[in-house]
Amino acid sequence: MAELKASMAGSVWKIVAGEGQSVTDGQDIIILESMKMEIPIAAEEAGTVKELKVNEGDFVNEGDVLAVIE
Amino acid sequence: MIRKILIANRGEIASRVIRTCKNLGISTVAVYSEADSEAPFVGHADEAYLLGGSRVQESYLNVKKILEIAKETGVDAIHPGYGFLSENADFARSCEDAGLIFIGPKPEVIQQMGNKVEARKKMEQAGLPLVPGFSRPLIDSAEAAAVAEKIGYPVMLKASAGGGGIGMQAVANADELLKAFEGNQKRAQLFFGNGDMFIEKLIEKPRHIEIQVLADGFGNAVYLWERECSVQRRHQKVVEEAPSSFLDEETRKQMGIAAVKAVKAIGYCNAGTLEFLVDADKNFYFLEMNTRLQVEHPVTEEITGLDLVEQQIKIASGNKLDFTQEEVKREGHSIEVRIYAEDPKTFYPAPGKISGLKLPEGEGIRHELAVQNTSVVSHFYDPMIAKLVVSGGSRNEAIDRLREALNTYKIDGIKTNLPLLKEIIVHEAFSKGDTTTDFIDKYIKKITV
Repeated sequence: MAELKASMAGSVWKIVAGEGQSVTDGQDIIILESMKMEIPIAAEEAGTVKELKVNEGDFVNEGDVLAVIE
Repeated sequence: MIRKILIANRGEIASRVIRTCKNLGISTVAVYSEADSEAPFVGHADEAYLLGGSRVQESYLNVKKILEIAKETGVDAIHPGYGFLSENADFARSCEDAGLIFIGPKPEVIQQMGNKVEARKKMEQAGLPLVPGFSRPLIDSAEAAAVAEKIGYPVMLKASAGGGGIGMQAVANADELLKAFEGNQKRAQLFFGNGDMFIEKLIEKPRHIEIQVLADGFGNAVYLWERECSVQRRHQKVVEEAPSSFLDEETRKQMGIAAVKAVKAIGYCNAGTLEFLVDADKNFYFLEMNTRLQVEHPVTEEITGLDLVEQQIKIASGNKLDFTQEEVKREGHSIEVRIYAEDPKTFYPAPGKISGLKLPEGEGIRHELAVQNTSVVSHFYDPMIAKLVVSGGSRNEAIDRLREALNTYKIDGIKTNLPLLKEIIVHEAFSKGDTTTDFIDKYIKKITV
């Protein structure tokens, strides 16, 4: 099980992969938006999106858990 | 004459414009978002009005509301600053339709120069040298590959409506190009509402050198020398200086003459900047034109003694330029560093609350600030929170003063790129003027925070 963490503070711009979806290593799961910059947050290993901890539009801090990949 | 101006912008540039207005005895109206209600620029203006929510669509891009406030407050003109609506031809037209002076060029010219493919065409006709490429939008990745083959790899893939490096990517071969084309086209469509892509030959180890111009409504135009802005991260400028230590007098003059010829050819009026790439052999190629005041305009002001905002307002008021090319001064050396609220290693944005601020003072030091102590740096806007401009009699003197100033500069509570700026300024390659656009990737390996 791996936790997907925010690499910067900002808002959740887009959720690219939904709960239950199987994902490959390096696949974008969530795109964060902050200060006119979009940062995709990708899975670090293949698996299934077990849980999404955020919704689109939510504000997150650096290090917050965004999703759990199993 | 313009008596009252609304500044359709925020942060340091709003404060900058207000400062000149005060010197000229012009009243000012600031507009702001909810997130900016405590921002310094709001207090600097004579009057200030809330535009709406914090998102830019509700505030700084909210044309309807901005024009309503302009009408209610009885301003003569709108200064758009940079970014936001500054290069939006529709906004400039709406100002004109509302009987207001838009401080900038005519809407048609903004439109022409905003479309990079169109700008290339116009500038080619005006006799400017262009990076070898293709002056119309590419149909699809197959056409892109055929064009790239003809020009020869490596090439730069670019979005026609692009800016800030978005939709832009260097590709080394056909495989990379096919992979990059669709993604960048999609991003361009998403960001700019226009997915037109084009291709240019990649100029290797280039410098980014731009020419500042001023043109009035009577066909007079002058160039105010160059700025070198090669030190960049994420295709955005970090350090800017004037003059460039790389140019010789002859190249400088040729670039200036070419820029003036180009602005006359397109009927440009007001302040503008022509950006060029300059290769190792000092060949220069037109990149794009910015039809507005630039972030880095202070370094030009420092070496020429001119106030560019004042010049903009005078030209917009219908005045003639009151000096000739021969009368444009060039004295000393000036360097600006952009202070970003971001991680100095990854360049990721780092919004937050400032808990301490200490600014250097002394000869040749100028500040342009968007924040004060206890300011909240919001995630809604650009990460640039301040500019430090340091000048001296020579480049070495400016670098020495800048190094000392950066050692004193302190911002607590948020991450900033100050550690990166310090590393750049003390680097031997920077002192030598070995500043190509890959400077940070090439020389700055380790940032010690």
